[in-house]
Amino acid sequence: MGKTITIDPITRIEGHAKITLQLDDQGEVSEAYFHTTQLRGFEKFVEGRPYYEMPYLMERICGICPVSHLLASAKACDALLAMKVPPAAGKLRRILELAQLIQSHALSFFYLSSPDFLMGMDADPKERNIFGVVAKHPELGHGGIRLRQFGQQVIETLAGKRVHPGWVVPGGVNEPLSVEKRDKLLADIPEVIEIAQKALTWFKRELESFREEIRTFANFPSLFMGLVTVDERAGFYEGKIRFTDSLGNIVADKLEAAQYQEYLGEAVEPFTFMKFPYYKPLGYPDGIYRVGPLARLNLVDNCGTPLAQQEWVEFRSLERNAVLSSFHYHYARLIEILFAIEHIQEYLLDPIITKKQARYTASLNNLEGVGCCEAPRGTLIHHYRVDEQGLITWANLIIATGHNNLAMNRGILQAARHFVRSDKLTEGMLNRVEAVIRAFDPCLSCSTHADGHMPLHLRLVSPDGKLLDELRRTP
Amino acid sequence: MNPAPSVKTLMIDGKDVSARADQSILDAARENAIPIPTLCHLDGLSEAGACRLCLVELKGTPRLQPACVTLVEEGMEVTTQSPRLEKYRRMVVELLFAERNHVCSVCVSNNMCELQDMAKQLGVTHVRFPYRYPRLPVDTTHERFTMDHNRCILCTRCVRVCTEIEGAHTWGVFGRGVDAHLITDLDIPWGTSDTCTSCGKCVQVCPTGALFEKSKVGMQSQKNPDFLNYLNEMREIER
Repeated sequence: MGKTITIDPITRIEGHAKITLQLDDQGEVSEAYFHTTQLRGFEKFVEGRPYYEMPYLMERICGICPVSHLLASAKACDALLAMKVPPAAGKLRRILELAQLIQSHALSFFYLSSPDFLMGMDADPKERNIFGVVAKHPELGHGGIRLRQFGQQVIETLAGKRVHPGWVVPGGVNEPLSVEKRDKLLADIPEVIEIAQKALTWFKRELESFREEIRTFANFPSLFMGLVTVDERAGFYEGKIRFTDSLGNIVADKLEAAQYQEYLGEAVEPFTFMKFPYYKPLGYPDGIYRVGPLARLNLVDNCGTPLAQQEWVEFRSLERNAVLSSFHYHYARLIEILFAIEHIQEYLLDPIITKKQARYTASLNNLEGVGCCEAPRGTLIHHYRVDEQGLITWANLIIATGHNNLAMNRGILQAARHFVRSDKLTEGMLNRVEAVIRAFDPCLSCSTHADGHMPLHLRLVSPDGKLLDELRRTP
Repeated sequence: MNPAPSVKTLMIDGKDVSARADQSILDAARENAIPIPTLCHLDGLSEAGACRLCLVELKGTPRLQPACVTLVEEGMEVTTQSPRLEKYRRMVVELLFAERNHVCSVCVSNNMCELQDMAKQLGVTHVRFPYRYPRLPVDTTHERFTMDHNRCILCTRCVRVCTEIEGAHTWGVFGRGVDAHLITDLDIPWGTSDTCTSCGKCVQVCPTGALFEKSKVGMQSQKNPDFLNYLNEMREIER
């Protein structure tokens, strides 16, 4: 009988979770479990509600990425109405999605993870936070805050509200974009592009000092999944599902998101409330795949916007085939921020964007609808069934973080085996195990941010119940 | 020529006021810019005395009286604000929240809701009563409108506007006490009602998200009951 180490709660992630490390008799880590300790009942309590309330209701799942839920839900409702949205609305929805990508990635990279890069994994948790970043490297800290602000401001300008906007509706969006608002948004773009580029330059220099982490942070072969558009770019709002393998080969392509049940299975484990999606043809758990920024950059052959394209080429040259280390999620996130800013600019410059018609109406034409988009953390699927009165009878949601569940579990095992020594626990060891999870930027639920302030209590107990070591992180 | 209505003089919150004998305490107070909170009252409709928010104290009687359905009397001394009244008004609002499923954050009327505004105005920060969480239906059978019983506070504005202004009498109240709920015609789905003219007046007067236009979900559009005064005025002129 070995010992058990528990890291509870994990800090600087969205939501609540803990990690258990099982040690064998030799004191080596034999198993690692990532427990999501919260239960969300959305699929159940939307039953009986009208479909046209869904976008408004479902976005409440999350305070970080409400826009992704809003869009996936609105798209599922579009499918229930069997309709297309006006061209301007389609573009406005895309801008909203990309703006959210920027704010969410900025939050993950600068607020939650950059303290590790700047202070080091072993630094005192009291300083290892966004305030420490601003104090030590003001330009980087303020730049990160500005990027997040930009994303939030775009959302507010379009949708009237930064968090939980009700602007996207089945059939389009509520209000068209005025020329004045468009010009105001365009004026900010050069500044934020520069910030994103500076951050990339800094981070690429820093990579050298994280060789060990790059080698051991969920660095293994797996499939990658995400949406790809008809012109072979990463699709955030539209596209079809593609799977590639670690050699960069396309395993499956042009899969309809609406048929996700044909190729995605969902397994259940007793130790967590989060399901384990897997690629059905390979079975469970061999059908492990990753989604999110790293996957999206691995899936495509070009990035599509000039500045991000240069960065993408450099990124993909890190390895001969697909980039496998999950540490590089951070790197990919920065490239995606740049990509999103450039893309928003592209859409805003399209004259169609200020067209007045932003919504079509229709009544219920289908009793089942699926909506899919790429949330900041990966592919998000909303699937609804309604009765003839338009009341939801059944709903299934596959949240981006869920796709990564298998990879996160395997990732912490890999890192724990490398970093954790059972004879003496150190803060740095634990932080590295947590940092693996943080690299995936899991959004375990809602809007709660730990930001280095939550208490962490870790006890190392021998098989006879004797306390061998103890570490306490106080708020 | 009609005889001039008799005039009564009374005191509201220490202020001497006069009012016609057929006026309620609520009318008299509002004419003199003395605020009394209400939810079921709406200018242009008859009074129902349903919400009990306008309860006031009358000197000489231990019982609280609803200002909307109590007529003024000579020499009355009315108190509209007191710790006792505040306590009961807050309790009324808390009970309304506890009775059904008012989930503001996902309600179509969030930030445009008279119940929500009233709670803010009265300083209701918590509901001290256990929520009932009843399982209530949503009627989406009407082509343009939705009836969500979860958000209904039984103010009966819809019933009154439908009967008194539109003349259709589609809406009614079925059952008693905690089982009371709105019905259309003889308790049939709204979409199958023969009497409903789809005029939408009930939706415009509804103070909460119980009645709403399907196409306006997420639009942040305020309901607009102002048409009532206009219609009543025009009818007066016609007569």
